[in-house]
Formats: sequence, structure tokens, C-alpha cells
Amino acid sequence: MSEISTVPIHMRRAGFDPAPELSELRDGEGVRRIPTQFGVDAWLVTRFADVRAVLSDVERFKQPARLPFQSASMPDISDEELVRRQAGNLLALNPPEHTRLRRILTPEFTVRRMRRMEPRIQEIVEEHLDVMERNGSPADLVSSFALPVPSLVICELLGVPYEERAVFQDRTSRLLDVSVPLEQRMELQLESRAYMAELVARTQADPGEELLGMLVREHGDAVTAEELIGIGNLLLVAGHETTSNMLSIGTLALLRNPDQFELLKKEPERIDDAVEELMRWLSVVHSGTAKVTTTDVEIAGQHIPAGELVMLALPTANRDPELLDNPDKLDITRHGVGHVAFGHGLHHCLGAPLARMEMRIAFPALLRRFPGLRAVSDEAAFRSFHVVYGLSSFEVAW
Amino acid sequence: MSEPLQVRADRNVCIGAGMCVMTCEEVFDQDDDGIVLLLLPTPPAEYATAVRQAVRNCPSGALTLRDE
Repeated sequence: MSEISTVPIHMRRAGFDPAPELSELRDGEGVRRIPTQFGVDAWLVTRFADVRAVLSDVERFKQPARLPFQSASMPDISDEELVRRQAGNLLALNPPEHTRLRRILTPEFTVRRMRRMEPRIQEIVEEHLDVMERNGSPADLVSSFALPVPSLVICELLGVPYEERAVFQDRTSRLLDVSVPLEQRMELQLESRAYMAELVARTQADPGEELLGMLVREHGDAVTAEELIGIGNLLLVAGHETTSNMLSIGTLALLRNPDQFELLKKEPERIDDAVEELMRWLSVVHSGTAKVTTTDVEIAGQHIPAGELVMLALPTANRDPELLDNPDKLDITRHGVGHVAFGHGLHHCLGAPLARMEMRIAFPALLRRFPGLRAVSDEAAFRSFHVVYGLSSFEVAW
Repeated sequence: MSEPLQVRADRNVCIGAGMCVMTCEEVFDQDDDGIVLLLLPTPPAEYATAVRQAVRNCPSGALTLRDE
């Protein structure tokens, strides 16, 4: 299997924006059959209303038991083995398994629970800003702030030893890099499971107060070790990559739109709306998970037979002129735009309240600490091949 | 809008995303399991905009308005 050298169509970007051909698709026929790197075609859905409709309808659009890439890269692996490897991975599950696990996890991510974490997140943010300030300008915002803050937060929440981060931060990042050959990514996934298996075993022997320990203590009978591994891995990966990239690329977006940067600096109480607007405008998760049609369906006037793969372009949906006026403008004064950057439906991001809390603390704290923040270079290191869009590094000065 | 707003919350459909609580905590809350609790089933007019927004943006479709 060869390394891919072109970015998959649904992930194509022009800086912060979806690639022009994707916006044209949305404003034209809306849905199109596209080739995928796995050798099978998929239907790419690009409009807001259609994306929301697909995500809301788990009866007609299911998570496939076996994705095409799993057939291509792991032909020798049995369905049973695949099910074992996907245990606890909420993104790959359908009701009723999904419902059972999600209900167990939901109490850990309530708005009230997140508010209780607020002081600790503030502390973590300020500590990292202290170090940045001490070490002096310039600094790489990714490695000194955007990555370590959410990484430490999710480690503390889950009960993953932060001092082991060297082991999983790099692996997590390569796992989501589509330019890494599939076989290698499958290997990385196995390594992740092996790491988490060890951690789960340690937790089962001595369950702590953190999320993994709580799951063992309170749901030890209802959740299998395999499921704990899947849950732990999913939350660890999701907690690292998403918020981290929002913090780096979000800061760049504000700096490239100085009026918005100044407005947020002057009126930090706008942060809640600013976070939603940055989420909408940037859509760092390019795509919802791939679905398979369980019956014949029609999307944007296009007939799609049962058994076809459907992919969802979140960046074009969030920039749909049918959703809002002037969609390509970053405007933090917008309020109440119902974007799909966290997804929609049953698989709507479990960690959304945590991500929002981290961002609403981190952005204003960064602007407060370094009001003269600026990018060192006019060039930006966009991560084009990454399942979660963002920056690989970001040199800032103040 | 002569009729007062009436909200319904289906606790069996709710996935506990908490969007409604973040949008209008005077009307919506979550129980210890994260599932929606309706504090004011007929919210006063001052909350109408926020309530409509919460209903529109609810990821699971657990919230509905009576006039819809």
C-alpha cells in the first residue's frame, strides 16, 4: 500500500476555507459521488440541511460494521476481531450498544460537571502562560500552549498519567494523519489499544477517582475491559487533537482578522459567541464519520441506493449561505448559529461541553497575557493531511 | 405569538449534550445522568428567542415546541 500524496477531496482546504471546488459543489448539485482512497466511491454531502438530516437519521444512515478501508487494509481480520477492536469506540457503534455506553458517559460531561472543572482548567492555562512568558518571545504556540493544555486536562479527567504523554501524543497525531500508509495507521491503532489495555488493567486493580476509575467502580459489570480500552482511547485521542487544533488555528484566525482580535480583546465577555463562531468558521473536524445507507434514499434530489457509503463535509455545511448571511466572514458578534462543527444527532460530540469550557478559558487568557500577540511569519503550517485540521506549529511573538 | 410558548422534552431521546442548558439555563437543566430537565414548560416571553434557539439546535431532537 502506497503513501497518499494528494489530500482526499472531502478534506481539501484553501487556508481556513473549504476548497473552492467543495463550495462550488455545495452551491451546485449539493451531493456528488467521489472516489475515496479505499478504492470504493462515496457520496459526499455538502449542504447544511442535508448534513444535519443525515446525522439525525440513524435508521437510514448507519455506522458501517466494517468500513471499506478495513476491508482493504485488513482483509485477513475476521469480523469478530474487528468488533473486538472497535469495542467502546462510540463513533463506530450504533444503537443499542452506542446508547448503553453513551448513557454511562453522559453524566461525566454535563454542563455542571464542566463548571466544576473550571478552576482547574484556569490554573492549567495560567501555568502554561507563565512558562511561555518566562521563556520569552518568540514561542511555538502549539507545543507550549495549544497542545499541552488540553492534553493535561484530558489526562487528569481520564486518569492517564501525563508523564507518559511522549508515548501517546505523537502516536495520536500520526494515527490521524492520512498521509501515513493505512497499514501503519492500523499498527498505530493496535499500539494505542495495547497501551490503553495496560492502563485499564492498572485501573481495574486500583481504580482512582478519575473517569476510568469511576467507570470501573460504578459500571464494572456493565462495561467490559475491551470497551474500557475503546472508551479510553477515543476520549484520549479526541481530547488531544480537537481542542488543541482549535486553540492554535483559532488564534491564527483571530490574528488574521485583526478587527475580531481587537474586539475580543476589548470585550472578552463575547467569548461564548466567539468560540461558536470560530468552531463554525474553522470546522477543524472536516468530516462526520462515514455512514452506510440502509435503504434507498434521496439527498439534494439525488437518488442513492441502499448499501452506499455517505460522507459529510462539515466545513461547507457550516459555510452554507442557507444557514447564515455572509458565511465566509468570521464575525464573533453572531449569536445562536446552529453549526454542525460538533456534529449532530446521536453522535454529537460527547466532549463538546469540555471543549467549549477549555476554549472559553484559554482564548481570553492568552489575549490578556499577550495583548500584542502576533505571528512571526506570514506563512502558516496548515496540517493538510490530518483528519483534524489545524497547525503543525505556530511561531508567535509578543 | 399570542399563544404562550410551550416546550416539550423527551427524556428518552435526549443524549445529554447540554446545549439547551448552555443556551437558556432558566428553562433547561440536566439531572445527575445528564438528561434534560424542563424547569419552565411554559417559559415567559423574555426567554422565547433563547428557547427557540435551544429547540432548533438540540442535537438529538429531544426538544419540541407545541406550536410547531
